[in-house]
Amino acid sequence: MTLSPRQTRFALIAGGVLVLAAAAAFVLNAFQNNLVFFFTPTQVLNGEAPTNKIFRIGGLVKVGSVQRNGTDVSFVVTDTAQDIAVRYSGLLPDLFTEGKGVVAQGRLDAQGLLTASEVLAKHDENYMPPEAQHALDKAAQARAAQSVKP
Amino acid sequence: MIPELGQFALVLSVVMAFLLGTVPLLGTLRHKVVWQSLARPAALLQFVLVSLAFACLASSFLSNDFSVKYVAEHSNSLLPKPYQFAAVWGGHEGSLLLWVLMLSGWTAAVAIFSASLPLVMVARVLGVLGLVSVGFLMFILTTSNPFDRIFPMPADGRDLNPLLQDPGLVIHPPMLYMGYVGMSVAFAFAIAALLSGRLDAAWARWSRPWTVIAWAFLTFGIGLGSWWAYYELGWGGWWFWDPVENASLMPWLVATALIHSLMVTEKRGSFKAWTVLLAIAAFSLSLLGTFLVRSGVLTSVHAFASDPSRGVFILIFLAIVVGASLTLFAWRAPAVTLGGSMGLVSRESFLLLNSVLLVVATGAVLLGTLYPLVIDALNLGKLSVGPPYFNLVFAPLMVPLLFVLVPGTVSHWREARMSDVFWRLRFVGAGAVLLALVLPFALGSWSAGTMLGIFLGMWVALGSLQHMVERLRKPGRIGGSFWGMHMAHFGMAVLVLGITGVKSYEVERDVRMAVGDTVTIAPYTFRLVGVEEVMGPNYKAVQAKVEVLKNDQVIEVLSPQKRRYFSTAMPMTEAAIDSGLLRDLYVSLGDPVAGDTPSWSMRVYYKPFVPWMWAGVLIMVFGGVLAALDRRYRRNTNQQSVRTAGEALSGTA
Repeated sequence: MTLSPRQTRFALIAGGVLVLAAAAAFVLNAFQNNLVFFFTPTQVLNGEAPTNKIFRIGGLVKVGSVQRNGTDVSFVVTDTAQDIAVRYSGLLPDLFTEGKGVVAQGRLDAQGLLTASEVLAKHDENYMPPEAQHALDKAAQARAAQSVKP
Repeated sequence: MIPELGQFALVLSVVMAFLLGTVPLLGTLRHKVVWQSLARPAALLQFVLVSLAFACLASSFLSNDFSVKYVAEHSNSLLPKPYQFAAVWGGHEGSLLLWVLMLSGWTAAVAIFSASLPLVMVARVLGVLGLVSVGFLMFILTTSNPFDRIFPMPADGRDLNPLLQDPGLVIHPPMLYMGYVGMSVAFAFAIAALLSGRLDAAWARWSRPWTVIAWAFLTFGIGLGSWWAYYELGWGGWWFWDPVENASLMPWLVATALIHSLMVTEKRGSFKAWTVLLAIAAFSLSLLGTFLVRSGVLTSVHAFASDPSRGVFILIFLAIVVGASLTLFAWRAPAVTLGGSMGLVSRESFLLLNSVLLVVATGAVLLGTLYPLVIDALNLGKLSVGPPYFNLVFAPLMVPLLFVLVPGTVSHWREARMSDVFWRLRFVGAGAVLLALVLPFALGSWSAGTMLGIFLGMWVALGSLQHMVERLRKPGRIGGSFWGMHMAHFGMAVLVLGITGVKSYEVERDVRMAVGDTVTIAPYTFRLVGVEEVMGPNYKAVQAKVEVLKNDQVIEVLSPQKRRYFSTAMPMTEAAIDSGLLRDLYVSLGDPVAGDTPSWSMRVYYKPFVPWMWAGVLIMVFGGVLAALDRRYRRNTNQQSVRTAGEALSGTA
């Protein structure tokens, strides 16, 4: 089979566009299925978080809430307004400490317990994960709004 | 006094960069040779001035001058000397100064090693680099001056982030920056070619060695970062699809496409517009990486104190660079003629596929990295895109890329016959399939992914080996670029095999251990012998002693530590690793666990083939250096027109 230069160019362009379209469809599909949304503990207790999908929560590790049993750990994440209990199996990051910021990613069960597959703390002692900070700010805003009401 | 001298040198270097960025370029417009010839001395002088500023900052660090705010924030009198020096780039201001030092270094290198280039081209390239320097120097002076003083002077510094107190981190930023900034040279050559309206083979040949060297540095820098994350973060991961890693991977992917596309432009005169776009994209992505890493929009060890004005400055700079280059491209590119014809199956078509796949991969990474930031900036909620997305998308794009690599290297230019390619690769293909079927059984378990990984790694490795052996049998001098290409491909194969091995066969145990307890990952047994306190120069550590036994013989004693630095009271995990030819044994110490007997949580990992990943990266870097040092790039290019078809057809790419 011999193709004229024109046909060759057409075949190359058509092939390229097809490959690109297939790749784009595939990428966007994977993207859609792997977005992890973020919720504050208040939002979770309001039922805004999905029950069948992985999501993230952020806030402070409640003081006195960390319990270790072997390599299983349970603790409470709070945005100072609401609390969410978290269970995690594995070693925690170096900077995971009570009273400091934390972000946990996992799935919520029917009892409202979050089974975390990943726990992130900050990298620097003076630095707060933006998501944890966001949760605290929102809770503070909500409180301020309430206190204004008569 | 010394900080003021540094400040002064920095201000002078802005003036010099401004001269460099204007006078020679005006000279090319007005055909004034004297103005153009100002480019080389100005570039060298600018390098001297920036070096002086950098030396001043380094001297402030080494003499513990805590009256300088930046030194006070990133150093400490107890910090060992090598880290005091490395702390120069341990924060935002200093790392930008390092960036500018690299940029002026690259500029000076172009000025020195461009004897074979026409003066007007030198003036354009150096002028564009000068303009980029002006942007960065203004950034430093207006938003991030490292020489600012602090009053009253603190008694001691706040210390360098303990995570950064590590040999890997001493060289990781300079290497990565060399790569990032090196892309500015490829960019400057592309812009210079657009300005001249001569997008020809000569331009591609001048640009190639610079781009390849920058690529090699970038590869090395990314490899070092990954290596550091592996042994320093203490949990054995080596790639997290963290936005900061993505920020360095995206320019790498585009740079890889660029060095291949440049080859087509040089050899065949095609892909010209595409090559220019890739050069612009590679540099823009380097700038985007800087923005992502330095603006504080990301949660990361790299994100220093965030200051919105800095992010805005880089964004504006990025917009100017991208906007101006694309405008110039739109204005000039129509004047560029189409290149030679190419067949449906030819080296060009395989290289086109290479470009498309790499660019799609870059787009996918870009989407996953930027989407959460955009959504957050628009106040539409907070979300993240995790490793599952990147893994799912990246692997299927790399599989065809690695597959077409081998037929691409053996195909002829212009028109190749599928049957010839097939026939030449019959043994390579059969060998790779056979190894992919047999090796998983020898290594333990079997899975489709493992087989595919081994097949692709062996396919590329054997393909490169066969090509090298065939070439050795033919007479004639073999150029550095031929060896370089095959080394780089072979390194890629080793890297792929390493990744496949560790992904398929790693064993991770998070356990609780008391003194005397053992953990077995066949054939190794780990026994916790004791835990003691040790003192370091600026930290106190709890150190475990773990014996590794094989066949009841102690083969290694590992000492993982949990450190607490005096200055910050910040805990740090120091993993202990025993590297072998085929595997790493990895132990890290966690927190003490409350109970009757004192015990600790520990990670005990068996990580096969990890050393292969680092070896693969080093081989790739070596290949890049070999290719860039090819003698033919140093010949007087004015006398040499496009290479003869015969030479090109013999496959000395």
